[in-house]
Parts: sequence; structure tokens; C-alpha cells
Amino acid sequence: MANTFLNRTAFWRGARDCAPFMLVAFPFGMLFGVVGTEAGLNIAEVMGFSIVVIAGAAQFTALQLMLDQAPTFVVLLSAIAVNLRMAMYSASLAPYLGGASIWQRALVAYMNVDQTYAVSVLEYDARPQMSVPERLSYFFGVCLPIVPVWYIATLAGALLSQSIPMHWGLEFAVPVAFISLVAPALRTMAHVGAAITSVILAIAFAGLPFNLGLMPAGIGAMMVGAEIERRSTRP
Amino acid sequence: MTGWSHAEIWFVIIGLGIATYVIRFSFLGLIGDRQLPPWLLRHLRYTPVAILPALVTPAVLWPDATGGTLSAPHLIAAGITLAIGYWRKNPAVAAVAGMAVFLLLQGVFA
Repeated sequence: MANTFLNRTAFWRGARDCAPFMLVAFPFGMLFGVVGTEAGLNIAEVMGFSIVVIAGAAQFTALQLMLDQAPTFVVLLSAIAVNLRMAMYSASLAPYLGGASIWQRALVAYMNVDQTYAVSVLEYDARPQMSVPERLSYFFGVCLPIVPVWYIATLAGALLSQSIPMHWGLEFAVPVAFISLVAPALRTMAHVGAAITSVILAIAFAGLPFNLGLMPAGIGAMMVGAEIERRSTRP
Repeated sequence: MTGWSHAEIWFVIIGLGIATYVIRFSFLGLIGDRQLPPWLLRHLRYTPVAILPALVTPAVLWPDATGGTLSAPHLIAAGITLAIGYWRKNPAVAAVAGMAVFLLLQGVFA
């Protein structure tokens, strides 16, 4: 039973392929621990965010809006808007892992974050002959250098926050991390068009309180990306 | 945290956790291996490049640290992160280089 569930070869290949992404997960998790603690969260709350939510971008969005004294529903809606991209990840994994049991898919869903999704889906795409148990084992292997590292890094940041000087401007590491993730994704005119639209709409909606412009800006930019793709692939 | 009780903070954590999990479970959990309409996939494909730039734009153009005015270190570091990320296709290299430039310029312009 255990052998059919976990293919060791595929598991360790996943762990190895994803290992370099520790370089992103560790500092990012640590930064959340530092910034969350500086903002006044206790260790249980900081860890609660990283374990229960396990989504860096949304965690930082919620934290920023809470510091801005935004109403609770705005905090939740804005952070949820940031995570809507994961519906795409979920949809895109379905053809590869849809045949797994409901409990296996439920576990995959919890750990379906930017890095684990990206590394796994590229492998599934490159090796169409993989079986569903191999794909699952690969996915759980990919999670090994990301999920536990995320928890440990958050804890380290929370514990070390006193000794890390925030006045240097380390909080700018968050926008820098997002830019560094988006830049390599600008592969086609459609991606570039969506990103430019996103920036223009964010400026246009900047006057709205509590980040309310984020969702309309995102939806408008998705429509531009989809439309450019539709026009460029029309026969 | 000023203005937030522990109960309110846990409400945000748990509410956001449940909503995020539902989003992640959505298609994978409910549709299994059935196909989605192409127009929907075409829109969902652009989600990261559509949301993240809108999220960082205010932090780059009007950073809290300068009281919301344009700042050379923020603009230059963001541009360098974007350029290196685009050419090298490596987020870790781009982020480290961007932060190094930012911290350096903070010193220069301070």
C-alpha cells in the first residue's frame, strides 16, 4: 500500500528539482516573520498565518492592510484577490492529478503554492508518460524544500526580528520579490500586455481606499492578456 | 497590533486560510479530470502577471518610507529587478540583485 502511494524515485527527483527554490522560500518566509512581529503580531499569530494561509503574497497583503486600519472585509477580500491566481494553478493541475483520490487531491491543494505548482507542472508537461502515483510522489517531493522551509523560516524571522534592522528598508524586499517572480513570466506579448495594463490600472485606481482597485485592475489585465492571446492565435 | 484584538487577528487568519484553501481545492477537487472551457483557461492563465504588478505598483511609486513621494532608490531597484528577472529568468538572482542595489542606493541618497 505504502509503495503504491509513494514512488521513492519520483519523490526524491521532485525534492532535488525544487531544492534551488529554497533560496526564495527561506528569505521570503523569514521576512514575513520579521515584518509580522514588527507589526505587533505574537509568534502564534505569525505562525498561524504561515501554516493556515501558507501564501506569502496574501499574508503580506493582509498585514499591510491591517496596519492601514482597513475594515476586516477589505483585508480578507484583497488578500483573497491576490490568491485567485491559485484557481488557475488548481485548474491546470486537474488534468494531471484529477485521477488521484479525493484525500490525495485535498493534500495537494493545501501545498499548491507558486513554486510547487510551477516546478511540478513543468515536469508533468515534459514527461507525459508519468503515472498518477508518480506525479503525486513527485509533487510531494517538490513540497519538501518549500513547505517545511516556509514554516521554519517564518519562525526564525519572528525570533530574530529584534536583531534585524528594519530602518534599512528591508520591507522593500516584498515588492522586489514579486517583481522577480513576474519578470521571468513575461514570455509573450499577451503576458507583457497584461502586466502593463495591470500597472496602468493600478495607477488609475490609486485614489480608491484600502486597495479596492486591485481586483478591477487584475480582472482588466486578465481580459487584455486573454484578448491578445486570442487575436495572436487566430488562424 | 494597533486597532486589532487577538480574536480579530485570528478571524482574519482563519477566514483567509479557509478561502485560500477553497480556491486551491476548487478545480482540482471538484472537477477532477474533466475539461474546462478554453475561454476560462485563457483568462486564468494571466492571473499572476495581471495581479502582482498592480499589487507592487503603489509600493514602488509611492513608498511608505518616503511618505508617498517618488523615490530614486525604489524606482531604480525595481527597474533593475525587472530587467535581471526578464533576461536571466531566475527570480532568486533578480531579487538578490535588486535588494543589493536598493540598499546601496539607500546609502547614496540618504
